[in-house]
Amino acid sequence: MSATTTSFYRVGKDISDSVADTSLPVEEIWADRKFKAKLVNPSNRRKLTVIIVGTGLAGGAAAASLGEAGYNVENFCYQDSPRRAHSIAAQGGINAAKNYRNDNDSVHRLFYDTVKGGDYRSRETNVHRLAEVSANIIDQCVAQGVPFARDYGGLLDTRSFGGVQVQRTFYARGQTGQQLLIGAYQALERQVEAGTVNMHTRHEMLELIVVGGRARGIVTRDMVSGAIKSWIGDAVVLATGGYGNVFFLSTNAMGCNNTANMRAHRKGAYFGNPCYTQIHPTCIPVHGDTQSKLTLMSESLRNDGRIWVPKDPADATKDPRQIPEEDRDYYLERIYPSFGNLVPRDIASRQAKYRCDEGLGVGPAVAEIDPDGTERQVRRGVYLDFTDAIARMGKAAVASKYGNLFDMYAQITGENPYETPMRIYPAVHYTMGGLWVDYDLSSNIPGLYVVGEANFSDHGANRLGASALMQGLGDGYFVLPNTINDYLADALSFPKVDASSPEVVEAEQGVQQRISDLLAVQGTRTVDSFHKELGSIMWEYCGMERTQAGLIEAIGKIRALRQQFWSDVKVTGVNEDFNQTLERAGRVVDFFDLGELMCIDALHRRESCGGHFRAESQTPDGEALRDDENFLYVGAWEFGGDGQTPILHKEPLIYKAIELKQRSYK
Amino acid sequence: MSENLMSLTLRIWRQPNAATAGKISEYKLAGVSSDMSFLEMLDMLNEELTVKGEEPVAFDYDCREGICGMCGIVINGVPHGRGNSAVATTTCQLHMRNFKDGDVITIEPWRATPFPIIKDLVVDRRAFDKIIASGGYISVNTGAAPEAHANAVSKLKADRAFDAATCVGCGACVAACPNHSGMLFVAAKITHLAMLPQGQPERPLRIKTMIGTHDELGFAGCQNAGECAAVCPKEIPLDTIAQLNRDLIASLFNRAGKSTAAE
Amino acid sequence: MVTTLTPHQRAFRSTVALKALMALTGLILIAFLLMHCFGNLKLLISAEEFNHYAHWLKGEGDAGGMLEPLIPHGWFIWIFRVFMLAAAVLHILAAVVLWRRAYNATPSNYEARKKLAQTYAARTQRLGGVILGALLLWHLLQFTVIPAQMAGQAGEPSSYVIFAFGQWYYVLCYAVFMGLVCLHVRHGFWSAFTTLGVNTSKRAEKVLNVLAYLIAALLFIGFMAMPLAVLGGIVS
Repeated sequence: MSATTTSFYRVGKDISDSVADTSLPVEEIWADRKFKAKLVNPSNRRKLTVIIVGTGLAGGAAAASLGEAGYNVENFCYQDSPRRAHSIAAQGGINAAKNYRNDNDSVHRLFYDTVKGGDYRSRETNVHRLAEVSANIIDQCVAQGVPFARDYGGLLDTRSFGGVQVQRTFYARGQTGQQLLIGAYQALERQVEAGTVNMHTRHEMLELIVVGGRARGIVTRDMVSGAIKSWIGDAVVLATGGYGNVFFLSTNAMGCNNTANMRAHRKGAYFGNPCYTQIHPTCIPVHGDTQSKLTLMSESLRNDGRIWVPKDPADATKDPRQIPEEDRDYYLERIYPSFGNLVPRDIASRQAKYRCDEGLGVGPAVAEIDPDGTERQVRRGVYLDFTDAIARMGKAAVASKYGNLFDMYAQITGENPYETPMRIYPAVHYTMGGLWVDYDLSSNIPGLYVVGEANFSDHGANRLGASALMQGLGDGYFVLPNTINDYLADALSFPKVDASSPEVVEAEQGVQQRISDLLAVQGTRTVDSFHKELGSIMWEYCGMERTQAGLIEAIGKIRALRQQFWSDVKVTGVNEDFNQTLERAGRVVDFFDLGELMCIDALHRRESCGGHFRAESQTPDGEALRDDENFLYVGAWEFGGDGQTPILHKEPLIYKAIELKQRSYK
Repeated sequence: MSENLMSLTLRIWRQPNAATAGKISEYKLAGVSSDMSFLEMLDMLNEELTVKGEEPVAFDYDCREGICGMCGIVINGVPHGRGNSAVATTTCQLHMRNFKDGDVITIEPWRATPFPIIKDLVVDRRAFDKIIASGGYISVNTGAAPEAHANAVSKLKADRAFDAATCVGCGACVAACPNHSGMLFVAAKITHLAMLPQGQPERPLRIKTMIGTHDELGFAGCQNAGECAAVCPKEIPLDTIAQLNRDLIASLFNRAGKSTAAE
Repeated sequence: MVTTLTPHQRAFRSTVALKALMALTGLILIAFLLMHCFGNLKLLISAEEFNHYAHWLKGEGDAGGMLEPLIPHGWFIWIFRVFMLAAAVLHILAAVVLWRRAYNATPSNYEARKKLAQTYAARTQRLGGVILGALLLWHLLQFTVIPAQMAGQAGEPSSYVIFAFGQWYYVLCYAVFMGLVCLHVRHGFWSAFTTLGVNTSKRAEKVLNVLAYLIAALLFIGFMAMPLAVLGGIVS
């Protein structure tokens, strides 16, 4: 590794998960862990308080389940209702090893597919447990009244998803996430009524309170009144989702942010694999500079649609129907004749980027800043054409299969996809990285647990389709409630903490200081303008394709931008008010730090794996080349202090139940 | 693709907080692209206001893909701007191509006593959570579920349950209702759970507690005017309210919930 | 507000229960209107038929009154009046309570307001109901309480009617009155069945709507036939 690279970080000691007993066969580890975990007497549970941040599939499920178990739960979300968490937007489905189709599915196959899908960068023991609890999730959701798709016999329907060959994905039309979340939300509200869960909506966590090395509470800002308040508990659970919004444009909800995780990271929690992001190839392209978010369309569209760009850049503005067949480049079919348009997400995404970089993109031209600082207009879109499918299957058949997606596309773009080809472009969708956790989902700070997308554990370098919902609910319903007790069993003997404890006072003052610092700048630029600029740096240098030179440049740009932010940002209003500008400003501050950490992680990981392509690590024919010899580990980053380099701790990945393989799609 | 730019006059309800009276303020906004969503248009206004040092307009938003239910603005007298859209929509999915250059657009918050205004266009909809908390669920603790195939559900009923379950809880029904009734919201949940075998044991008690809470929170009665279903972004049908009525009347002849208030 | 009521008690006091009461009483009133309308048409046969019917209703005729001898002579009309009065009073009371709740749920009006679904009938249901109440009082005064003082010959109901509807302006007023009744019935009929839980599909909604228009039209034609016949001199 070159000196220029290593000057950005330090290497610390290797770490490992000390909880799972890996001397056992992988299928016995979870049962063993459940048996060995210490229990909390039901009468003691009501004396213990668990703070849960987030109300999505993981947080909502955990809050409901821990409430049912009898703990006092303080649950927080930044939205006006727990039902709005972004899990709600998941479209596709949820995997479960039920084998209802009699098609060779099993816990082991789901486990295998998930590890392979993650390109062998996830922890074997965690993934196996996920596959084990998957069937329970479906039972639980059905019992809650989740209206999964059913066949005429009244039994649950399943489909195959994300390129796997078994039909194990349960779904509720294109709104699976919504239905699962509402199931969890209802269970949660039941506990609110029962008095075990106190719900705090429109509250944002701005700091973690660590006392005596243990996570003991959080500091929140009431987003209506601006009140800063500390909450003390016996354990803290972060279920705060992913950080795709570091790119500004992503398929995440506008409010999704990584402040809670970054605050915990600054207090000592390791951040695992921050550079692992998933980029989804079939999103609706950017229409202009005022674009606020991107919308995903199910990638099932690639089953029947053909992707192409014009061969001649001059045809970019032509009506695509007027471009003759011989002037079109069906590039995926050309480069990958055996898989064609169904190549994996990362390949489809990267090839689209290449075409647009070459100036062959279509749709509206959007301003971009080149690495050399010049602004240029680039068309970021490729055609997804259903003309052949409509000719082959008929318009009615296409409509019955994809009607809702076509309607959604028409509503957003104003174009009729039955007549003119759709335009698509990749967008950031999911982040596999997150706070490092052990088998118990505990971070390296005792008492701080991290569940769902917010942790790093189950998806490796790339997430298999329909497994995000599975992980969120698995963590929330079945894993955390069976592991956190091991920690809470001793909590009654922890020293008492209250609002006057110095660590609490200091945490609160830190939050207040940061807010007044933000309000004091009174510069000229809006918060969003900084966020957009950060996003375009991240997208350009830490997106689908990464290079050493680019990442180093990106780190420099982020540092400069952060400086400019603190001297020129304009935050209107006051703290003691409903102040959305202030909320966003605080989040962007943490996105700067996260973005830099992501670039450093990407810089150090000199291999192409999962969703990302590292230009320095490719096969002779330009395909991704994984480097198991040097990078078969989790990169867990320790905060090194402001202005200091972060410290890398490696958790070597040991595969006992699965053999490592290199993938090929040609 | 056929982007065109327009200049608009925005009449926006500005209200600093619940305790202070609000009023309409007028803003001119130029260079609005027809490809923008309505909320992106408001973002643009807010960027301009911020640079000028004025307080930006507060409005709720989150997923911006029509599913989270967070956004909700009354546009030209109709929740979610349904009056300007050919299809059912949330505010975030309403696009500016539905407007034309020179338009005057009136932008207001939901107005209903159970949804007090927090600031500008932002209202407090926690009343909906309270309704769900009072009974909008099936009582099954984690781990206590039987095997998923233990109950078959007829596809027709499963589909009807699904149609009702798509409610996003945005509150447009309440905002549009001449009486400010929350009946469509309650009816969606009642219908969702009433169609499923798992929902049967609690069915009579559920409707009693949910309607009781609905009334107690200050939502009024339904007049069958149909405005709610007309603006519903998920097109929850009006007939769910008939289902609710039927269940409530039937529940009056059932003993559930007779003994204690806290049953 | 902390409630000490049981869920069951709250359900009984709920807007839905109130609406069910309103629906039931409304349907009773519609049934009465249909009967009333049918009775009126007797005048088209002859004044004698009409008078005979009117006397029979009140139990004043030779053939005895309705339900005689099951109930004593002359009692039926009073039982019937009390029953109808109760229906009307409950209907109005429920309306007032529901209106108050709606009023309380409305903090302020929209600066701009546009309706998408509401029919004219639905929008005017409340105000229409109030006007109807007033007109009904006048109608009862004229034809039931003090008919003889108004005009016509005491004890001969046909004469009050023929006198009144001999005037064109009177028929016009009556037409407006009936128009309001039918508007109220149009929305009320479908709304009542929805409230009673019948309207649980798109199809049911359609059938109920068509039925509501039919009943309203039937009532209007039925009630207007006789006055027009009187005005046109067909009946005298």
